[in-house]
Amino acid sequence: MSLTTAHSVVAPSANSKRIAGVIIVAYALISIVPLLWIFATSFKTPPDSIAYPPKIVFQPSLEGYCNLFTTRTRQTPEYINSLGPATGLCDETVRKRNMVIAGPSNFVPRFVNSLIIAFGSTFCAVFLGTLSAYGFSRFKVPLADDLLFFILSTRFMPPIAVAIPIYLMYRELGLSDTALGMILLYTAVNVSLAVWLLKGFIDEIPREYEEAAMIDGYTRLQAFWRTVLPQATTGIAATAIFCLIFAWNEYAFAALLTSGTAQTAPPFIPTIIGEGGQDWPAVAAGTTIFLVPILVFTILLRKQLLRGITFGAVRK
Amino acid sequence: MLNRTADNVARATPEPLARKIRGISDKGLAWLFISPTILLLLAINIFPLFWAIYLSFTNYRANRPNEVVKNLGLSNYQRILGDQDIWIAMQTTAHFVFWTILLQTVIGFTLAWLIDRKFRGHAFWTTIILVPMMLSPAVVGNFWRFLYEPQIGLFSYVISFVTGIPPTNVQMLSNVELAPWAIIIVDTWMWTPYVMLICLAGLRSIPEYIYEAAEVDRASNWRQFWSITLPMALPFIMLAVLFRGIENFKMFDMVNLLTGGGPGSTTEVASITLKRQAFESWRTGYSSAFAIILFVAVFGLANIYVKALNKVKQR
Repeated sequence: MSLTTAHSVVAPSANSKRIAGVIIVAYALISIVPLLWIFATSFKTPPDSIAYPPKIVFQPSLEGYCNLFTTRTRQTPEYINSLGPATGLCDETVRKRNMVIAGPSNFVPRFVNSLIIAFGSTFCAVFLGTLSAYGFSRFKVPLADDLLFFILSTRFMPPIAVAIPIYLMYRELGLSDTALGMILLYTAVNVSLAVWLLKGFIDEIPREYEEAAMIDGYTRLQAFWRTVLPQATTGIAATAIFCLIFAWNEYAFAALLTSGTAQTAPPFIPTIIGEGGQDWPAVAAGTTIFLVPILVFTILLRKQLLRGITFGAVRK
Repeated sequence: MLNRTADNVARATPEPLARKIRGISDKGLAWLFISPTILLLLAINIFPLFWAIYLSFTNYRANRPNEVVKNLGLSNYQRILGDQDIWIAMQTTAHFVFWTILLQTVIGFTLAWLIDRKFRGHAFWTTIILVPMMLSPAVVGNFWRFLYEPQIGLFSYVISFVTGIPPTNVQMLSNVELAPWAIIIVDTWMWTPYVMLICLAGLRSIPEYIYEAAEVDRASNWRQFWSITLPMALPFIMLAVLFRGIENFKMFDMVNLLTGGGPGSTTEVASITLKRQAFESWRTGYSSAFAIILFVAVFGLANIYVKALNKVKQR
């Protein structure tokens, strides 16, 4: 292997660049295969999804998506023939397997729960986080370092350890299995990230702007509204996306504290089962729908990613 | 738009309140801004923590809330330290943490070092590599279970294709020897990009002139790597290692869905043991004591982590 470093006076030779490129592209392609496989599986029929050898070329089908959104019951062919003509693509697909659609599945309500809880907690965390971050950034707060450490340390608690007393507390307060309970919990987890990230962003906004605004007769609060907030919008947006991703992906609390009405998608998707085991195309379809927003966010965030995952410590 | 909102808020605020807000001192404002966050964390994190500490001294069981709670003193802690299962779980966790960190650091640093060559299209491929770490660990664990299925799973198929082992014998999740490695492989797949990204930042933080000086001194490439690149990127590598260490020490979601701790208890990391004790056996008092022990361990690691963060920041 060539050991020419990228920073040497002589720029990396064309050859070493080429070798590096080949290795990186190979790694990227291999690491993306599992995701492509899940995407492909969501368009397979159940028999195709468990075929040996695994099928790379197959006849695409929407059966996985049909099964994801519906519950079905098995019927006799005679009964199915006695029904009228199929009323849509899913109906037709399902009937071929001697089944009829019994009703909608729980996927949509669970997905909506995920949306409500993720957006609700993100809004609260970013709101609280912006205020605190401004406070820590601009004012002399006694014991600021200790408070900041305390805020960060809450993020490091093992979720199961936190879940035991939270479970008892929510049972007493009637917050078990409610969206409000989950929003409060995720806000508490995310606010630490929000404070640390936003403090970094606000630290970067020169104080002179506010000072100038205050000389012009604005109060501190008005100066905060009119000069700091507009300049922090990129930081606030990036922070919000990080909070959103966490809340969207979270599983441990959701699995232990929700079971029905407030259950989110991550604990729900693994429970999608068909007849005789897991219905992999339906699981893959649910997974695909669940992952698409994250892919979009990753692309939007790629410049801020480093900052987000290190709590604002590394800024590139 | 923000200005208009501010104006509206200002106009809508009743005059006495407005006067009060305008008259508020910086110190008052600081507390007004910070206290909601602190209060929320006290309510959702600290109060439950103290509750857990209290429970850890009792025999309370969450599934029998009406039973008389007995104070057991320190005996829960004594029993945990003598509990064979707990020690096995800690060993499983240590094995998992050690190998995931080793693999992720070596692979992640190598990838970063290659990307730093800035070949054509490196930004695009870097973004592709980063995708796995953004996904939900639970959903990832669940679909890797599909890839690991003997015979029909893609992973098992590829392994049997490459090694010639009959496909029904590649049982990553039900084999006692292989299951611990199955979770290590998934975690490495998912989190190597994280280490890579931080290492890349480390490599890019090294000023060019140091290499120029080394070049003038005719230091070999090998020497430059060991004396400049590695030591200067080290704080960043440490940061990544610590963070992954903390995260994997409390690993729950991915493993819970991939193996659920099985087969037997071969992949039962600490958090899974904790869940089994707390939410399946309902030994609330006992599991609270274990939770406190885990928390103290993580808190110690976090302390080191924050010190490392501050060190990196000073650069």
